[in-house]
Order: sequence, then C-alpha cells, then structure tokens
Amino acid sequence: MEGLSPWVIFFASIFTGNILLVYFLGMCSFLSVSKQVKTSLGLGLAVVFVLTITSALNYIVYYYILEPLNIEYLRYIAFIIVIASVVQLLEMIIERISETLYINLGIFLPLITVNCAILGVSLFMVIRKYTFIQSVLFGAGSGIGWMLAILAMAGIRARLNEQKIPPALRGPGIALIISGIMAMAFIGFSGIVQIQ
Amino acid sequence: MATSKPLDVIKDDLWKNNPVTIQILGICSTLAVTNIFLNTLIMGLGLTFVTAFSSLTISLMRNIIPQRVRMMVQTLVIASFVVIVDIVLKAYVPDISKALGPYVGLIITNCIIMGRLEAFASSNKPSLAFLDGIMSGVGYMYVLLVISFFRELLGFGTVLGYQVMNPLMHSIGVSEGWIQWSFMIMAPGGFFMLALFIWIANSISMTKITHPQK
Repeated sequence: MEGLSPWVIFFASIFTGNILLVYFLGMCSFLSVSKQVKTSLGLGLAVVFVLTITSALNYIVYYYILEPLNIEYLRYIAFIIVIASVVQLLEMIIERISETLYINLGIFLPLITVNCAILGVSLFMVIRKYTFIQSVLFGAGSGIGWMLAILAMAGIRARLNEQKIPPALRGPGIALIISGIMAMAFIGFSGIVQIQ
Repeated sequence: MATSKPLDVIKDDLWKNNPVTIQILGICSTLAVTNIFLNTLIMGLGLTFVTAFSSLTISLMRNIIPQRVRMMVQTLVIASFVVIVDIVLKAYVPDISKALGPYVGLIITNCIIMGRLEAFASSNKPSLAFLDGIMSGVGYMYVLLVISFFRELLGFGTVLGYQVMNPLMHSIGVSEGWIQWSFMIMAPGGFFMLALFIWIANSISMTKITHPQK
C-alpha cells in the first residue's frame, strides 16, 4: 500500500469502502442508537474522534512494540487495551474540560469500546500494511463514513414512525432493509476507486 | 435468572430469545463472512468456542472479580480465547483464516459474548454458564448458516463449493446454466437476507402469541 495517496484512502474509506455498509462493522450500535438524529450525531462524532486517535496509537503499538518483540499474535489483546484506555481517558478529559460537551458526547464513549468498527479499523490497518499517515487518515475517513451512515439512517427512521410497516418487520427488521438499500447506493461509488 | 433449568436455557437461546433474531446482537462481525457457507461454519464454531469457554471462566471467577473492573476482565478473557482460535485457524486451515481476515479478531467485540457474560455467566453456576455459552453460540450459528446457505446458493450457484445450480438449470433445459446473483455476494445481499430471516422468525413467534392453543 506504499504508493497510494493517503487522501485517496481517506475518501475511499468514506464512500467505496464504507466501514458499516460494506464491511458490516459497528452494526450493533448502528441499529440501536439510530433512532434520533441528535443522539446519532453525538455518537458519530465520538466515533470519528476515537477512531482517529486509536488508529494512530495502535499503529505505534503494533510497529514499535509488538513487531520488534515478535509478539504480533497478541495484537488483539494489545489493541483492545489501547482502545479501552483511550476511551476511558477521553471520558475523564471531556468531563473536566466542558460540561456541555460531556453531556453531548461523553455518555456515548463507554458504548464505543465495544463498537466493532474501532477494533476493525486497527485490524484492517495491519492487514493492508498502511503507513502511519495512511492509517490516521484511514481511521478518520472510516469514522466519517460511519457517521454519515448513521445520520442518514436516523433521518430515515424518524420518518418511518408514521408509516405502515408489517408488525413483524418493525424495529430492526426494517432498519436492516433500509441499510441494505443504502448499501446498494454506496455500491454505486465503487467504480471511483478501490482499496483492498 | 439465577435458578434457570438447563432445558429452559437451551430453549431460550435457540429460539425464544435467539441472539440474532430477537436480541439483534453481534451481527457485526459475522454477517460479513456469510457469503460462503464453509467460512460461516468455521466462524460460527470459533464463536461458540469463545462464548462457551469465556462464560465458563467468568462464571468460575464471578465471586472474586471486583465490580469496577468487571468489563475489562471480561474483555481480556474473551480476547485471550480469540487469540487461541486465531492461532488454531492459522495452523490448520490457513486458507480460510486468510479469507476471514480481521473478522476472527472481531469476535472480541461481538456483543453476544459480552451480553451473555453480563446477563448470565456472572450470576450463574459454571456448568449452566458453559451450557448457555454453547447454546448461544449454536443459536447464533444456525441463523447465520441458513443465511449463508442461501447467499452462496444464489450468489455462486454452489453448496459447500460444489456446483449445484448449473446442472439443475441444464436438466430443466436452460442452456445458459445458472446466472449468478452477484448482488447476493455483496453487502446488500447480507442485509436483505438477515432482514428476511428476522421477518419470518418474528411472524412465526407472533402467530404463536395470538393463537396460543395451536
């Protein structure tokens, strides 16, 4: 992946390789939190923030600690510890700095530790052998892509409340069908650029 | 929940409170691999192993884990078992391990495991927790296997890698053979199949509730 411009990766991870609609990562919180636009925005921003920081930190941990020591197989444990500590730390910092920010953003932070998108981005970064800059922009791009998807979803779901939906399909069922249609729309982007 | 019977546990996990159709948990990591049946099977077995043994471990330690660091301990236990699964897969089925890519590691953040540990294993006997772990894993796996069976059949025209749709089409006189639904292999196919499954499952349970005699 040496030759690819970091900005290409950035835009590709938002559109053609959307972390949610193409790789199915972060589905749990996507389905459960996407009921209101406002909360979706809060969670989305938190994800962008955490993803950017953790992809940078995990890059350093992997290439400067795990690889020299030949213990790459411990990366799952290392990554999850980094993610959990970053989330905890951010929560404390935000609580100190600003109360409004804490109320809007802080309550979503604990949810993020178990968001598969965060760990997934770090694992993709290792598998695709990104450089440092590429990893950071990949993290940021994936976060923005995720936020875009959850915002669109929340907007659609707000309208759905008044529609007639078969009772058995209500809730997650219809949400999945909408995600499927959104994923189809995002496939339309895939001709632009491919990242693997 | 503290006095659950083994039979209730099995019934609950497989149908009444199925992790996928009712609780909508943990679809993140495994929906992505459901376009090929064999990959799903391997993934499902790995997940069942991790759920069962981390349930057992947490249940054994349930009285000595401090409340405050509970989540961290659970995550580390899960991560350790996932490392075992990853190494075993790499050693015995390297091709599938490569195809699954990061999704094996993502078993860690699969909410089913964490959910079962929180809801069941941390307040029940080790033997029951182990059973619950296995059954949740199986309840999860069979839903995904059904989905992956249809996705592979329609997407590639194969079952477990063997071409079945082509001969079938030839035998009823369609000379072009099976036209692959490439849509099914891509992401939207996964979303639609899962939505369909949930729809059907919910319809069945709803008719049971409205007509309890039948």
